[in-house]
Amino acid sequence: MDRRRVEEAVMKGLMKAATLLIVGVLGLIMLTILVRGIRAMSWSMLTQTPKGGFYLGREGGILNAIVGSFYIAGGATGLAFAAAVPVVLYLNVFCRRGSRTAAVIRFLLDVLWGVPSIVFGAFGFLLMLAVGLRASLLGGILTVSLFVLPILCRAMDEVVRMIPTDLLESSYALGATRLQTAVRVVLRQASAGILTAVLIAFGRGVGDAASVLFTAGYSDQIPQSLTRPAATLPLAIFFQLGTPFPQVQDRAYAAALILTVVVLATSLLSRRLGRRLTRHSIS
Amino acid sequence: MNQPHIRVENLNVYYGSDHSLRDVSIELPGRQIIAVIGPSGCGKTTFLKSLNRMVELAEGARVTGRVLVDGEDIYSPTAEVTAIRKKMGLLSQTPRPLPMSIYENVAYGPRIHGLNDRRKLDEIVEFRLRQVGLWEEVKDRLGQPASRISIGQQQRLCLARGLAVEPEIILADEPTSALDPMSSRRIEECFLELKKDYTIVIVTHILRQARRLADYAAFFYCGRLVEHGPAARMFENPTQRETIEYVKGIIS
Amino acid sequence: MGLPNRTKRSRLYDRAAAVLMGVLARLSGLIVIVIAAGLFWKSVPILKNQSLSALLFSSEWYPLRGQFGFLPFIMGSLWVTGTAMILAVPLCLLTAIYLAEYAPRGIREGMRPLIDLLAGIPSVVYGVWGVLVVVPWVKRAAGWFGYSTSGYCVLSAGIVLAVMIFPVIIHMTVEILRAVPQEIREASLSLGATQWQTIKKVVLRKAFGGVLAAIVLGLSRAFGETIAVLMVAGNAVRSPTGFLDAAYPLPALIANNYGEMMSIPLYDSAMMLACLILLGIVLVFNVLAKLVLMRIQKEIQ
Repeated sequence: MDRRRVEEAVMKGLMKAATLLIVGVLGLIMLTILVRGIRAMSWSMLTQTPKGGFYLGREGGILNAIVGSFYIAGGATGLAFAAAVPVVLYLNVFCRRGSRTAAVIRFLLDVLWGVPSIVFGAFGFLLMLAVGLRASLLGGILTVSLFVLPILCRAMDEVVRMIPTDLLESSYALGATRLQTAVRVVLRQASAGILTAVLIAFGRGVGDAASVLFTAGYSDQIPQSLTRPAATLPLAIFFQLGTPFPQVQDRAYAAALILTVVVLATSLLSRRLGRRLTRHSIS
Repeated sequence: MNQPHIRVENLNVYYGSDHSLRDVSIELPGRQIIAVIGPSGCGKTTFLKSLNRMVELAEGARVTGRVLVDGEDIYSPTAEVTAIRKKMGLLSQTPRPLPMSIYENVAYGPRIHGLNDRRKLDEIVEFRLRQVGLWEEVKDRLGQPASRISIGQQQRLCLARGLAVEPEIILADEPTSALDPMSSRRIEECFLELKKDYTIVIVTHILRQARRLADYAAFFYCGRLVEHGPAARMFENPTQRETIEYVKGIIS
Repeated sequence: MGLPNRTKRSRLYDRAAAVLMGVLARLSGLIVIVIAAGLFWKSVPILKNQSLSALLFSSEWYPLRGQFGFLPFIMGSLWVTGTAMILAVPLCLLTAIYLAEYAPRGIREGMRPLIDLLAGIPSVVYGVWGVLVVVPWVKRAAGWFGYSTSGYCVLSAGIVLAVMIFPVIIHMTVEILRAVPQEIREASLSLGATQWQTIKKVVLRKAFGGVLAAIVLGLSRAFGETIAVLMVAGNAVRSPTGFLDAAYPLPALIANNYGEMMSIPLYDSAMMLACLILLGIVLVFNVLAKLVLMRIQKEIQ
């Protein structure tokens, strides 16, 4: 009798300890990034490109990577969104509930979601070789858009799937076609969730390093055209942390702080907006 | 008349701001079948679950008052909740076999209370399965998952599982509502057999079932205990307006 | 009455949209297959040149001499992933069980955004944390026990990876546990079982498949992780023999050598094969986990 009580107490203690440890690790990570990042942060970090020599120049900031990351993640999310909207509408409006085709496509998208980003990077590079494109802003956008496509599709799909069938049926009852229903009812009803999905995809796209490693290249300049290489925040961190120069490493810490803030702000924003916009839809 | 087996004093149950059970006081006699009747949502199930402190498992549930079993308050801070629950078998609305074999389902209770002797467990399993009339039906497939037998058999298995921890009281929450008429009858027959040794509290919304089984009855309405007494009097001569209407079938 | 009749045109649009969207949806589903096919096509030259078993089980990695033995990298991946799992699985299960079964609602709700936060941190940032905190810590801790290491080793990579897969495993395990019907908990508790006995013997038994799937998903995530591992694993071309040896996992190999691959014959094909191996392993894990989860979902409905 008593042993059972002791065992339960011990296990419960271990569980609480494990939970605390995980929270502690999270705190430690945030603290590390915050302390190093703030120490390295300055106004010129945000407003200047690196100066004083290619790659290893010890002055200037990381504007090139900030702008590059927004170009690539923004472009890729936009591109993937354009592809994901018809896919999601097809799965939910044009396919019947319980359709086999839809189930298979969803399954494949889930599988695609699990593909490591380095594989996307390698495959994107393969594609670029095939069409003669060199590491560039465009290459990065294309590759990252492949990377975020399954995330966007499945996140939007989950929202759109929640729309009650009655709502679609009441639109059909007015004589609307599936396309009209999809565009005017479904998209509007799911707008909050769709925005959330877009922000999630952007957050994932902006933070990923392996997919842009070979495809976007790296440059100290802000890219002036789609065919020029572009720096990104993850790679700015990765390359500059590995250098022996403290001034260059500082740029990595600053970039890590900015990247973390951008990603977390995106995720917070998506929660907030998601909650606020649901007011306009019928539940 | 027997000694009261369970005594409930000023029992109140709240779910969040919902006052589900209002100031219930009742004495339940031992070794009888006590039917708890009333329309759905009247607090019958809450009352039943407060007898073995299962009510506390719901998020935000709060209990005041006392429930004395054999004179011991089960809500007192020193009460040992597992010992209390061991004293009472629970039969739920739909049978819930545990995710293991037929044998393991019955042996589960004795095992968690520290019995590991295989021979004794074999004995217990056979004895309890015979007690609910299931032994002949399943003796050749004791190793199969319990989910494979029919629903009616599952419910009897659950009863056997409860009996295996040697309770004094059986709490049954509409135990036949998911079963076909034949299986329901077998459960009822089990109860009539078992009341020689056990106190059985059965929640039911089937009046005829209550009439068939009960020695004692308690009528709940809107969270209040309206009336209680020996079954014959309750069904023939109810005194309260709500009880009269319920027994006549005007409210249900 | 006064409504214009545009039914015909609407229906035409509708049918065109159905076809177009159908094609697009099918294409998006095909991407994963196209990726696998593309990598395979590019791996053909090296597969023709050398036998697959020689590639997988040889430790001779001398690209300039045309020798491509992947064993050190495969072993590197196994060591690093294995270490991560050893660390992550017990911690995640304990935490998930606590959150799903014991924790008061407030703590459960409060932990959710924290777990999401952990999931949202980019892998390169985990790498920075690894370099700044984990690597020096491992170096110092090893010193206390009389070992010398640079800190860039299997253990460091394992720790960083473990933290990265915490949210994957915890989140899914909590969901799985919460989906176990309350009634079977009650059935066990009503027999006088303690809560822990109920969890151990009933809840975990019922949730076994799902929890396994959650672990496998974490495993595949760890296996494919690149940048963070690359930053802390040490990257020496040699099969590790202990937790304090440097490791060179497959993703790190690909990431590090992609640039120079064009000049050496067969090198690019070898890299593509590495990608294909990585993809294959991850896909097998993912598909298995997904199938288990789909069965559970059907069971619940």
